[in-house]
Amino acid sequence: MKFGVIQFPGSCDERDALHAASLVGDAVLLWHRDHDLQGVDAVIVPGGFSYGDYLRAGALARFSPLMGEVERFARHGGLVLGICNGFQVLCEAALLPGALLPNTSLRFVCRQVELDVVNADTKWTGACERGDRLSIPAKHQTGRYWAPDPVLDELEANGQVVLRYATGNGFNGSARDIAGVSNRAGNVVGLMPHPEHAVDPLTGSADGLRLFESAALIAAHPTDFTEPTSPSRLRRPAQASAGTGAGGHR
Amino acid sequence: MSRHAELGLTDAEYERIVALMARAPNEVELAIFSLMWSEHCGYKHSRKLLRTLPTEGPRVVMGPGENAGAVDVGNGLACAFKVESHNHPSAVEPFQGAATGVGGILRDVFAVGARPIAILDSLRFGEPGTSPRSRYLLDRTVAGIGHYGNSIGVATVGGEIYFESAYEQNCLVNAMCLGLIETEKLIRSAAAGVGNVVVLFGARTGRDGIGGASVLASAELGGEGASRRPTVQIGDPFEEAKLLECSLELLDRELLVALQDLGAAGLTSASAEMAAKGEVGLDLDVAKVPLRAAGMEPFEIMISESQERMLCVVAPERVEAVLAVCEKWEVNATAIGVVTGSRRLRVLVGDRVVGDLPVPALVDECPAYDLAPAPPAMSPYAAPPRVLADGAAPQETLLALLGSANLASRRPVFEQYDCLVGSRTARRPEQADAAVLMLDADGGRRPALAVSIDGNGRRVACDPYRGAVEAVLECSANLACVGAEPLGLTNCLNFGNPEKPHIAWQLTRAVAGLGDACRALGVPVVGGNVSLYNEGGGGPIHPTPVVGMVGELPDAARAGRLGFAQAGDTVALIAARGWAPSLTGSELAKLRGAAPEGDLPAADLGELRAVHAAVRQAVRSGALRSAHDVAEGGLAVALAECCVAGGLGAEVTVDPAEATLFGEGPGAFVVSGPRGTFAAFGAAATIVGIVGGDELAIAGALSLPLGELTRVHADGLATLLA
Repeated sequence: MKFGVIQFPGSCDERDALHAASLVGDAVLLWHRDHDLQGVDAVIVPGGFSYGDYLRAGALARFSPLMGEVERFARHGGLVLGICNGFQVLCEAALLPGALLPNTSLRFVCRQVELDVVNADTKWTGACERGDRLSIPAKHQTGRYWAPDPVLDELEANGQVVLRYATGNGFNGSARDIAGVSNRAGNVVGLMPHPEHAVDPLTGSADGLRLFESAALIAAHPTDFTEPTSPSRLRRPAQASAGTGAGGHR
Repeated sequence: MSRHAELGLTDAEYERIVALMARAPNEVELAIFSLMWSEHCGYKHSRKLLRTLPTEGPRVVMGPGENAGAVDVGNGLACAFKVESHNHPSAVEPFQGAATGVGGILRDVFAVGARPIAILDSLRFGEPGTSPRSRYLLDRTVAGIGHYGNSIGVATVGGEIYFESAYEQNCLVNAMCLGLIETEKLIRSAAAGVGNVVVLFGARTGRDGIGGASVLASAELGGEGASRRPTVQIGDPFEEAKLLECSLELLDRELLVALQDLGAAGLTSASAEMAAKGEVGLDLDVAKVPLRAAGMEPFEIMISESQERMLCVVAPERVEAVLAVCEKWEVNATAIGVVTGSRRLRVLVGDRVVGDLPVPALVDECPAYDLAPAPPAMSPYAAPPRVLADGAAPQETLLALLGSANLASRRPVFEQYDCLVGSRTARRPEQADAAVLMLDADGGRRPALAVSIDGNGRRVACDPYRGAVEAVLECSANLACVGAEPLGLTNCLNFGNPEKPHIAWQLTRAVAGLGDACRALGVPVVGGNVSLYNEGGGGPIHPTPVVGMVGELPDAARAGRLGFAQAGDTVALIAARGWAPSLTGSELAKLRGAAPEGDLPAADLGELRAVHAAVRQAVRSGALRSAHDVAEGGLAVALAECCVAGGLGAEVTVDPAEATLFGEGPGAFVVSGPRGTFAAFGAAATIVGIVGGDELAIAGALSLPLGELTRVHADGLATLLA
């Protein structure tokens, strides 16, 4: 299993993501100006402040040359994980539905939070069980997940709500306490909390490792990457047939 | 007013410049001299004192004089670290002042080639309960620190904040940074190699921060805050993030001869320092400097303090490779000059020489003044308003202390900082007395660094010598509580106007205390910073030497925690024989409206060194389940903090005398662990109680529910910031 972690100017957590991925597979840094994914099996768009969050978080990084390759890779079923700023970039790139708005407090908050696994059938949560509780830190100022209510209803119906802040753990005002979502096919997942900072009990928790293990599990049981929107086959078929694909509300 | 006086130079200094130049300096030259001979750059009033501090030790790999000092941390690695002030800019414009303070100290660390791994901050403001301005300064300073540190991806792992009315007009913002580097790759700032090229890279140069070092940092603050805003620099952490990666890649590829950051006094200071250290000259063509404002004069380009800029010296055949790395990171880079053998700093506009200065005169001939210290006839500090009656019950006293702005939980502040990025943070704020940062695995173990920053201005105001000794002891005690042995320290000396005899006396006594404590504990000073003239219309700040200490521990898995961990554990008080807590200079004395006056308890430094070593060893052995030093607020507050941090109550029997419960003085720790754990401490350990239950009960003194302690501690600062 080979992970690629994209480095933009202003990325902060790319070395942490590289380390986390290297615990379950091979991992390389990918430079944002390149056009080559170097044959990786999974792409991680890391946290940080790409392009200083200027204009809008994620809005500029989304136009980096490598992101074009990532979009093609994702639409062909390739595994993509966006963490924090990476989640923002994937939303800007319309690979994931919804948007991230400033926290209701308008302040940056760094806090260990408890997350509930809502869907264990995505490519990035297959090593979890539905209802699992994960302790993972979150740290952001622009992490309030938002989408119009009809889109949120569709996401819930489609199983695209992957992670929720456990009761009392939400601090940013996210709609329906959503911490992470997937595209319709479940190969692209984005979340605001930082699983790469929860891979070692010495730093507080190793629960985040489960996401990386999930992707490694896919590599051990490869799916067909030729169907652009093939649903997850890892555990059970997707629950619903109608609804919004990636970025369909735009 | 003459031009040189406007620039902050005395008549005598001007005459000395004329003599050294053998002619009158022109406008460009005078501007450069005024900066290099400012207090901020030239340390005119502190240089002689600083020479008395011990700077050598077996683990020191780079001492004072470079951008940052460094100590050996094993496995071929060095930790570079330094603390620096950004007080006056933060008083004028707190968000940008604090942000650029962080940016500046980060550059100091990566200028020696080290990758920054952690930031700590030491902050002082006026009373937040009564001063809206102090709440505003706190709020914006914290936002500025977070903005810069979070955005650049360096963890802010610790710090301290105190509130005293003496800081009402002149807040303190000190930032410390630690970085890691392979020892053999440390780079110095001395320019070398006649004919080598000087490359300026990073942000464009603008009119921001003109005169920051001389006008703002080296004079007392008056009432003209708004008019001085142009002297405050504007920070751009994204530019610095690129600059950091770019600098480290340039060094990694071994493309540079020397590297220097542009901080106070901008290009002037950077170029003069590089030339002086290398005993060479530099020719700089300011016409080549990329500008952000049109029509800048040569002197403005030389003294601009625009942020996020670095200067490097490169062999001619490597210039192209250097520019290519800069292009990769979208960082501007321009060859602006050459190294010469003349020992002169020449400023050119194309072919025209607009300034020609002897480098030794700029740096080595800067005057160093003897201070004229004299203790004040009476304390210059007013008594604070009384907020607690003398007859208050111990219960009421403890709650008042725990909820006071100085002792309440810092969570509302530190939650605004990313304390995790880098995956090294094994102890976060409020988990332990010091932050713990893991190094790479060494076999099965994770060796780690511990770091603490401390300084209690009120106690230094009482007794500058003993107060400064206590700042060093407090850091050492904090390190002991996580199991770390000190390797070195950095200090920031924040004082008032040293030309006043009583300030000179505070400074002299405090530096003597620092030096004695460092020698007694065997901890060398590897670098630091001096910030003088911290006075507003209300008088001088409390004398505030801030100490940042770095230590090592063999195994992060055994790093100590401060909170009680398990019901049924035994609680012990570890105290030096000479531990004699008193109310002088204490938080309780402040709540009772006492002025900061009186003698602090003496410290037997030899004995305290042994007690700290015993605590350190016990933590390292894994025998203790918690360790916390007794500091502000005294023993009762320390016990309450152990309960709150661990979410467990305790039943304790100690001498219920007020001075024992709430008095302050160095030399005591609250530890917990299984019974029988404390034999190694010998007579220093007294078993005082047991962990458990849902209240803190101190026999004959007080009994308070854990929930109430937790709430009061959590709300004290939070409600002021809401």
